[in-house]
Amino acid sequence: MEKVVLYRRKLISKVMLFLSFIAAIYGLFWLFWILGTLFLSGFKHLTLSLFIEDPGPPGIEEGGLRHAFIGHAIITFIASVIGVPIGIFSGIYYSEYGRDSKFFKVLRNITDVMVSTPSIIMGAVMYALLVVPFKHFNALAGCLALAMLMVPVISKTTEEMLKLVPFTLREAAYALGAFKWQLIKDVVLRSAKIGILTGVLLGMARISGETAPLLFTAFNNHYLSFDVFKPMASLTVTIFDYAMSPYEFWHNQAWAASFCLALFVLILSIFAKTLVHSNFGWVKIFKRKKGQRN
Amino acid sequence: MGKSFSYLIEILTKYFLGFWAVFTGLLFPFVVFLILLYESKLAIQNFGLINFLMSTKWDPVRESFGALPMIVGTLISTFIAILLAAPISIGIAIFITELAPSWLKGIFTTAIELLAAIPSIIYGMWGFLVFAKYMREDIEPALQKIFSPFPILSQLFSGNPTGIDVLTTSVVLSIMIIPFMSSVVKDAFNLVPSVMKESAYGLGATKWEVVKDVVIPYTASGIAGGLILSTGRALGETMAVTFLAGNVPQIPKSLLEPFTTITVALANQFTEADTPLYLSSLFYLSLFLFVISFGVLILAKLMILRIEKRWKK
Repeated sequence: MEKVVLYRRKLISKVMLFLSFIAAIYGLFWLFWILGTLFLSGFKHLTLSLFIEDPGPPGIEEGGLRHAFIGHAIITFIASVIGVPIGIFSGIYYSEYGRDSKFFKVLRNITDVMVSTPSIIMGAVMYALLVVPFKHFNALAGCLALAMLMVPVISKTTEEMLKLVPFTLREAAYALGAFKWQLIKDVVLRSAKIGILTGVLLGMARISGETAPLLFTAFNNHYLSFDVFKPMASLTVTIFDYAMSPYEFWHNQAWAASFCLALFVLILSIFAKTLVHSNFGWVKIFKRKKGQRN
Repeated sequence: MGKSFSYLIEILTKYFLGFWAVFTGLLFPFVVFLILLYESKLAIQNFGLINFLMSTKWDPVRESFGALPMIVGTLISTFIAILLAAPISIGIAIFITELAPSWLKGIFTTAIELLAAIPSIIYGMWGFLVFAKYMREDIEPALQKIFSPFPILSQLFSGNPTGIDVLTTSVVLSIMIIPFMSSVVKDAFNLVPSVMKESAYGLGATKWEVVKDVVIPYTASGIAGGLILSTGRALGETMAVTFLAGNVPQIPKSLLEPFTTITVALANQFTEADTPLYLSSLFYLSLFLFVISFGVLILAKLMILRIEKRWKK
């Protein structure tokens, strides 16, 4: 009798663990399906003209997406230039000045919540702030929307990376008579610079895949444009328009563009992750020490 | 000059960094709220709160705007997505923390993280051009056949399978939130002290019994936090849903009907809004979205903080 019970318990355990294995396979199944489709449909349609030609008229099978690639690079670049410093500044304050303050603890949690705020909200806000007064869509509004999306992400990662810097390093600097700003500049930032770089890369990976905030700020443009006060094409909005269009040729171009975009985003995130794991050696050591103490 | 100059920099640095910290954590969310509130003033004056929430009519031509179809659509698709994603995510977390050999752990975690890194527009496009076809031709007719003998379930799957409907949207949405949910649940599982688990093993518990009776009860608020966090994400998901929902402002009667959500309405109609009241109603919708998702995310944050407080020391 007892043996039967034991056998049953073991069987249930095996079945449930097998189900969790199935869940893991289920997750991988979608990943491979999506990446597989992207690779098969996207790679096939990668051509040189995709990168160096402007688009042809609708329905005509010629042209490329040069305008969207360049527009996307410009928008992402300007957004990063605005968003990265703000995020780093606030991250430094959260970690170095506001660590024990109740008020800033609340602010840190709000920042954490803002990381997951719907991105389309930023589009709506920038529409009200910059598109309505200018009376037409402009790329600057899109850049600012993306920058504001980026700020909480960078701020959180910066804060977390700075917190990993051992406190003894700070004490050593204080003992040498350093001012706090010298300590931040020469000790904290210097030892956490790769961690901060990781945060910046992850933030850029996040905003370069965003579409929703650009839909009604930067809008779209059928031609190459360098003017941030005019509508500007971006890769994501172009993919949206092309995928929704009835033309097979545009679908193929959208696949190719998605392939490039996904490749860029995935490489950026993998690169950021390996950066933190390999080059950031002392963090690993420190983490291990912390683990031992527990 | 040297020392007083350094003091000056000291003070300037502090206030400069402090300003941006207050900006990021307080000013910026508050200004977002104020702008949305200000812009939706006209719609609030015209429809009030209850009328706007309860009216099912979204008619730009007659300038009568009610948000019920969008709100119901958002809630239904989010709910089904969570329902589909929750067991899978918990399974994945169990697999990573308890089952996988250590060499596989890293690879597998990275793979699931990749799922999160794929831009949502690509999910949408893949769903629209690839997955919807399978739903239309194979999965939805099969589901109709399976559930046709049951009275209530057959109602859920009634209608003409088109692939652009509540079900497809929810499935794609569930794939998108699996990474977030499983990573929060996994982190919570990792916080359980190994002494707890070892003592259960010592009493002769099987692996599943340890998970069921030790790990899951002690991480309950972490799991709940993960669920709510993903709810917050799913509420605001725009591009994938815009491709798949069909943008029909109606309350769906079955899972195979097209519908709309707050984000779909915003994405499709912001560029079309030609009258001040229309635009203001859209801002009113965004205000709703912002408040709901902010509230949900705060709740998630609190629950996750609770479990961290309990176990991290």
